[in-house]
Amino acid sequence: MSVADGTRAASFVAAADEVLVEEHVPAWRKFLDELRGSSKGLSGFVMIVLVLLVTAFSPYLMPHDPTEQIIAHRFAPPVFDGGTYEHFLGADNLGRDILSRVILGTQTSIAVGFLVVLIAVVVGSTLGAISGYFGGYVDTAIMRLADFQLSFPFILLAIIFMAIFGPGFWSLVVALAVAIWVNYARLVRGETLKLRELEFVQAAHSIGVRDATIIVRHILPNVMPSMVVMATLDIAWVIIFEAALSFLGLGIQPPTPSWGVMIADGRNYLFESHWMTLGPGLAILITSVAINLFGDFLRDTYDPKQARL
Amino acid sequence: MSDALLDVRDLVTRFRTKRGTLVAVDGVSFNIGRGETLGLVGESGCGKSATGQSIMRLIEPPGEIAGGSMVFEGEDLRAKSREEMRQVRGARIAMIFQDPTTTLNPVFPVGGQIAELFRYHTSAGPKEAKARVIDMLAEVGIPRPHERYDAYPHEFSGGMQQRVIIACALVLRPALVIADEPTTALDVTVQAQILALLQRLQRSETNTAVILISHDLGVVAQMCERVCVMYAGNIVEVATTADILDAPKHPYTVGLMQSIPRLDLDEDAAVRPIPGVVADPIRPPSGCKFHPRCAHAFARCYSERPTLKATGNGHMAACHLYDQT
Amino acid sequence: MNDTVQTTAVRPTLEVRHLIKHFAVRQDVFASLLREPLKVHAVDDVSFTVGREETFGLVGESGSGKSTIGKLIARLIEPTGGTMLLDGEDWLALRGAALRRARRNVQMIFQNPYASLDPRWTVESIVAEPLSTHKVVPRGDVHGRVAELLRAVGLEPSHAQRFPHQFSGGQRQRIGLARALALNPRLLIADEPVSALDVSVQAQILNLIQDIQERYHLSLLFISHDLSVVKYVCDRVAVMYLGRVVEVAGTRALFRRPLHPYTQALLAAIPEPTTKRRRIFAAIEGEIPSPIHPPSGCRFHPRCARARALCALETPEFRELAPGHWAACHYAEA
Repeated sequence: MSVADGTRAASFVAAADEVLVEEHVPAWRKFLDELRGSSKGLSGFVMIVLVLLVTAFSPYLMPHDPTEQIIAHRFAPPVFDGGTYEHFLGADNLGRDILSRVILGTQTSIAVGFLVVLIAVVVGSTLGAISGYFGGYVDTAIMRLADFQLSFPFILLAIIFMAIFGPGFWSLVVALAVAIWVNYARLVRGETLKLRELEFVQAAHSIGVRDATIIVRHILPNVMPSMVVMATLDIAWVIIFEAALSFLGLGIQPPTPSWGVMIADGRNYLFESHWMTLGPGLAILITSVAINLFGDFLRDTYDPKQARL
Repeated sequence: MSDALLDVRDLVTRFRTKRGTLVAVDGVSFNIGRGETLGLVGESGCGKSATGQSIMRLIEPPGEIAGGSMVFEGEDLRAKSREEMRQVRGARIAMIFQDPTTTLNPVFPVGGQIAELFRYHTSAGPKEAKARVIDMLAEVGIPRPHERYDAYPHEFSGGMQQRVIIACALVLRPALVIADEPTTALDVTVQAQILALLQRLQRSETNTAVILISHDLGVVAQMCERVCVMYAGNIVEVATTADILDAPKHPYTVGLMQSIPRLDLDEDAAVRPIPGVVADPIRPPSGCKFHPRCAHAFARCYSERPTLKATGNGHMAACHLYDQT
Repeated sequence: MNDTVQTTAVRPTLEVRHLIKHFAVRQDVFASLLREPLKVHAVDDVSFTVGREETFGLVGESGSGKSTIGKLIARLIEPTGGTMLLDGEDWLALRGAALRRARRNVQMIFQNPYASLDPRWTVESIVAEPLSTHKVVPRGDVHGRVAELLRAVGLEPSHAQRFPHQFSGGQRQRIGLARALALNPRLLIADEPVSALDVSVQAQILNLIQDIQERYHLSLLFISHDLSVVKYVCDRVAVMYLGRVVEVAGTRALFRRPLHPYTQALLAAIPEPTTKRRRIFAAIEGEIPSPIHPPSGCRFHPRCARARALCALETPEFRELAPGHWAACHYAEA
C-alpha cells in the first residue's frame, strides 16, 4: 500500500471549510413563504380556514335552531329575494332557517370528508407500502383487489353497502373510503417501488434495520408530500359525493342536516322556492372550490411531477 | 480576429433562480478557427455546457444571454432572429449531446428524422435525402444502413445511438460542431470507438471545427489542439494541449492535473486533491473566484478579478501570479 | 503493495466461491409457456478472495456484474448459487434476525451521494441509525459517538443538525462513510464511491477512503469502472467482463503486464491526459453483448482479435500464469 505523505492528511481538514450549499428552511416556513407567493393557494387556504371556523363554532353562529319549525315562516325568501334578515338565506318547506341548516351541515360534510380520507389514507398507504416493498404474491393479491375495486361501479357499491349495513353516517363513510383507498394504495406502491431502489433505503437495509421500520421511517415520510396533495383534493371529491349520495337517499338520513339532503328536499320546490337548493348548493361550491385551489397549490409546490401542464 | 470561424467576446449568460442570479458564463472570450478542435474543460457548474448552449442560442428563460458577442462566419449570432437562428442551427452549427436518448424522438425511425432535418435545410427531394442519410449512416459505422434506416432509436445500443447522433450532426456538413460530453454516458471501449470515429470524420470532412466540451482531461488531451480551462464561469487558462498538460500555468489547472489518478504514472504517485469545493455560482468569492482554494493566493487575489493575459507562446492565463504589471 | 495471493495461514476476510446470480426477465405469460424463461446472466461463476486489510478492486464496464456482486456480498439480493465465507463462516447461511445482527460486519458506501442519504433526516440521525439499530453504544453516548465519526471523516460535528441537501457531493460521501464506519465493519464495500463526484473532489474522497481503511484496519472491496482510480487505490484487482472474472492480479502486475486480451483492450481504450502517448484509438470492435444471451465459450471471443475456433466452444479455465496472476484465456501467456 502506497502511503502518501501529508497530502492525505490534507483531505481531512479540507472538508471543514467547504461552503454551505444551501440554508435549511424548516418545512412550516417554506410552506408560509410559498403560500404568500401564491394567490391561488392563499385564497383557497383562507376559505378553508373560514369553513373550518364555521364548523368549529357552528353552535354559536347559527341564528336559529336548525330543527325549529315555524309554520308562519314556511318558504320565507332570502334577503336578496325580498326577504328579511331573520332568514338570511330564506326558510324551507317546514319553516326551518336555511342558513342555520347550512351551517350545521358543514359539520357533516367536513366530518365525512376528513374521516373518509383518513381511513382511505391509512388503509391504502399501508397496503400500498406492503405491496410495493415486498412485491411477489402479496403485491399481486393487493393489486388485483384494487383492480376489482376500480372496475366496480361506485353507485352500485354504495347501494350494496346501504343494503347490508343500512343507510347512515358510518355506512356512507365506509362506502366512500372503499371507493378511494385504491388511489393511495397505487400512489404509495408506485413511490415505494422507486424509493426501495434508492440507495438510502438500501443503506438502511444493509445496516440491518427491520423492514417495518424502513417502511415507517424512510419510505412513508418520503411519500407524504404526494399523499397530502392527493388527500386534499380527495376531500373535495368526498364532500361532493357525500352530497350526491345523500341526495339519492343513500347517505345521511334526515333529520340530520346534510347539504345533499337539503338539495333533495329543495328539488320539489325548485321553481317556486329556488333558495332551498341555492344555500346548500353554494356551500358545496365554495367548499370544493376552496379545497381544490389549495390542493392545486400544494401540488404545484410539493409534487411538481403530478402538476398539470 | 477575422480569420476565426467563431469569435466569442465577453459572453455573459445568467439564470434567474430562487436564491438569486446565477452567472453561469461570466465574461468568456475565445475563438476557434476552421477545422480546429478546441477543448472546453472544467468541472460541473463551471459554465462549459452553458457556453455551448449560448452559442447555439439554446438558453431559454429563466436564463438569458446578457452580454457579449458571438461572431460566427462574420455575423453576430446574438443579433440573429429566432428564424435566422433556426437556419444556422443544424446546418452551419450542429450539436452533439451527452445523452443520445433525449436527442432522438423515440416514436419515429431514425432515418426519417435525419432526412427531415436534411430536407428542412436543403432543396433535396425525398429520394435524394434518403440516399444522403444512408451514406451518412454508413460513414459513421452503422452496419447495414439500408435496413437500419427504418429502425427506431430504442433498437440501437448506446454507442450506436451516439453514432446516429453524429450522423445527424454531420449530415449537413456544418462548419462547427459543438460536442457536449459526447462520450460520458458510454463505456470506455465504446468511448474509444466514438472518439476514433470523431477524429476520422473530422479529418475527412470539409474543415469542420469542433468544440469538445468535457470534464475528462484524457479525452480532451487525445482529441484537441487547443484547450480552454474553465472555472466558475471564467476561462482561467488557454493554451495548446501540450502546454496545458505539460506546463500548466494557472493554479487551478495545476491542481486539476495533480488531483487525477493516472495510468501512465507510477503506482506510488499520490494524487493531491484541490481543497474545498467548487465556487458557489450564485454567491461567488470576491476577486479571483479560485482564491479560497488556491495555495498561492495573495492580497490582490481577494479583491481583484484577474483577466486572461498572454504568458508567451500563445499561452494565456487569468492569474495575478503571471501579471507582470 | 502485496502482489501475491493471500496465503492460507491467515483466513481471508471474504471468500467468494462460484457465485452465480441470474435475474428473471419479465415477459408475458404466453411467452414463458412456450419457451424457457429468459434470464440475465448477471454474475456467472465468480470466485475471489479479499484478504485481511486488503483493498481488492472489481473493475469492469456496464453489464460486467461488478455492482451485482457488491449487492450480493452486502446481502441486499440473494444469489442463485455459490458460497461466501466471511472470516471463515458461511455468510449465506444467516437468515432473519441472525442476518440482521451480522450485517454490521459488512457495510457499504454507495455511488450516488444524492440518493444515499434520506433527504428528511439530519446528519446526526443518519449517522446514528446504525448505532441505535444495533445498540452499539448506550443511548446517552450516541451524540458523542456521532461527533467522533464525523470528525473521523473530516466533517465538523457542529454540522450534525444539518440536512443532506446542505452539503456538497463530496461532503455527502463523507457522511455515508461515517455511517458505514459506525458499526466497525470487517468488510467495507465501496460501489463506485467517487464516480459521481467532480475530479478535483474525487481525490479528497479517495485519499480519505485509503486513510480510513488503514486506521480502522478494514478489508475493502472497491468497485469501479475507472481503471485509473482502481490502480490508485487497490492492492489486487479482478477485471470482469459480462458476469465473469477474466483476470486477477496484483495491481502493479496487472497494469504493467495485462495478460487477458480484454484487459489489454480496456487499458488501451482509456484516453490519458498526456501528449506523450497520443494515438488514434485503436480500440476493440463491437459493443458489449447482451447478458441475456451471452456468447458461448469465452464471452469475449466475438470482440477478441486473438480468438480462434476453440474460444467459441470452450469456456477458458482460470490459469495462474505468473505467481498470483490469473487469467481466463486459452491463449494468454505470461
